[in-house]
Amino acid sequence: MTTTDTPINNGVNVQALLDARAALIDAPEGAQFTWRAATEWVGGTHSRSEVQGFFGLGGEQSHRSTFSFDADHPEVFASEDNGATPVELVLVGLASCLTAGVAAVAQNREIQLRSVKATIEGNMDILGILGGDPEVRNGFNDIKVKYDIDADASPEEIQAIVAQSQKRSAVFDVITNPTNVTVEVN
Amino acid sequence: MHTTTVVIGAGHAGLAVSHYLSQRSIDHVVIERGEVANTWRTERWDSLRLLTPNWQSRLPGVAYDGDDPDGYMSMSEVIGFIDRYALTIDAPLQTNTRVTSVRPNRDGYEVVTDQGTWSSPTVVLATGGFNLAKIPSLADAVPQSVEMVTPIEYRRPGQLADGGVLVVGASASGIQIADEVHRSGRPVTLAVGEHVRLPRVYRGKDVMWWLDRTGILDERYDEVDDLVRARNLSSPQLVGTPERKTLDLNALTDNGIRLVGRLAGIADGRAQLSGSLRNKCNLADLKLGRLLDTFDEWAFEAGIDAEVDPPHRLAPTKVDPSPPLSIDLTSGEIATIIWATGFRPDYSWLHARVLDRKGQLRHEAGVVNHAPGLYRIGLNLLRRRKSSFIHGAEDDARDLTDHLIAHLGVGAPA
Repeated sequence: MTTTDTPINNGVNVQALLDARAALIDAPEGAQFTWRAATEWVGGTHSRSEVQGFFGLGGEQSHRSTFSFDADHPEVFASEDNGATPVELVLVGLASCLTAGVAAVAQNREIQLRSVKATIEGNMDILGILGGDPEVRNGFNDIKVKYDIDADASPEEIQAIVAQSQKRSAVFDVITNPTNVTVEVN
Repeated sequence: MHTTTVVIGAGHAGLAVSHYLSQRSIDHVVIERGEVANTWRTERWDSLRLLTPNWQSRLPGVAYDGDDPDGYMSMSEVIGFIDRYALTIDAPLQTNTRVTSVRPNRDGYEVVTDQGTWSSPTVVLATGGFNLAKIPSLADAVPQSVEMVTPIEYRRPGQLADGGVLVVGASASGIQIADEVHRSGRPVTLAVGEHVRLPRVYRGKDVMWWLDRTGILDERYDEVDDLVRARNLSSPQLVGTPERKTLDLNALTDNGIRLVGRLAGIADGRAQLSGSLRNKCNLADLKLGRLLDTFDEWAFEAGIDAEVDPPHRLAPTKVDPSPPLSIDLTSGEIATIIWATGFRPDYSWLHARVLDRKGQLRHEAGVVNHAPGLYRIGLNLLRRRKSSFIHGAEDDARDLTDHLIAHLGVGAPA
């Protein structure tokens, strides 16, 4: 939809992703990935998690550096607030995943993005986690994401990019569908 | 027994191939496990009508000549139509003959049946794309108190137990069965994943008219953006009724059917439903909007705006702001689950290294890979978007027959 001669560039190498898809369809074992994090208790409700290595494309891989995340509870929970709450990190995960998807889909559809901003809210009744009402679940009642996107595209095209991003989002899938979780103690 | 070509399956596609083989004087036999149009006779529900209007029901050399071109054939009419076609083209039929094995031999292929064995340099698989119901593995976790039915077994609401019904899948099968089961007094919940929304009539014309005229149905497999995705798309939410009604999710909601998210899991007797319903509906609405834009642009460019009704857009799909995320399958609320989760071809008798890891045939537009002389017809988007429709058999059968004859070396393709 752009009228300039400048090539569309949202900074996503879509061709590499398409090539990877084609290669992995023929070699599906390479598509099996394992993502990891290691978490250590610091004190109180404060913990620190590190992310460095992962498995994929048939071998061990690693990030360029180790990424560290502090998580804690806020002062209204009588905690020291040394980091985001874990549920906020979940919201960060969802918004980051969807936003990466928006950029990739827009690139693939040759739509130049100028700015993409998301605000995300998860509503929760904390009587669930406090054990104050057995009818109330621990997790979010619902999650709302709102996007403000400035791009060389019609409102319908922008809607379609955001919808497609949800369709291909790992975190959207993780949150909207059940996953078996096994927690063991060594 | 020896022949030049064994065609397996006497449905519309196999017969269309037979027509072209006869036209080119290729010695062949059409083997059919039951009677002509067997699947239409034995594996369809009573109320089913074609999704395509009668004017589109044509096979090579035979066009619809009845007095209701805009109607939709019932199953008995489809069977009659295909039966008459078999007679018209004088197909060399071998009915009530079940193929138990196809494997390569020195001659080409050995086709073993319960009525004898054929050997032929070429084989055309016209065995249909809907032989088996695809049932997700999570069905294993359904409590025993809940009955399970597939669209292949489903005939009419009366065969189902009284009580609620969970229809899984919002394809043409899913929405049609959901609609008639709900009207029988069995409250229906419909689990909706990715789906294709279409109005029956747009600007006064059948949606198939638009798909036909705009050339979309003629789009070739190698022109399609994402072939894997396009070939696996679920059938559009259409029904063929005398009143030409649109049966989209809004129509179902208006009739009292409850929409829930895709069935994502079953644990401890509870069906777990995806929280993605809104996005799935949004995707389908947006896609429909783009399709109608395409129709309108075509109508304007073709200069026929005045011949059709003015453009309009359909209301967005109504989605409950917080649809349930689980259903207790042990409470008795759901007596039956209907798996409208798609179909797949049966290749259990095909003993050649031609299937991929998902059990699907590897082929290039119906020419089976690494199996010279072996052909496939009658799959979704085999060669064109129309490939799975009755009228789509004509071009595919002609192209594949040309290829087959070139392979035999008995004449250049026409």
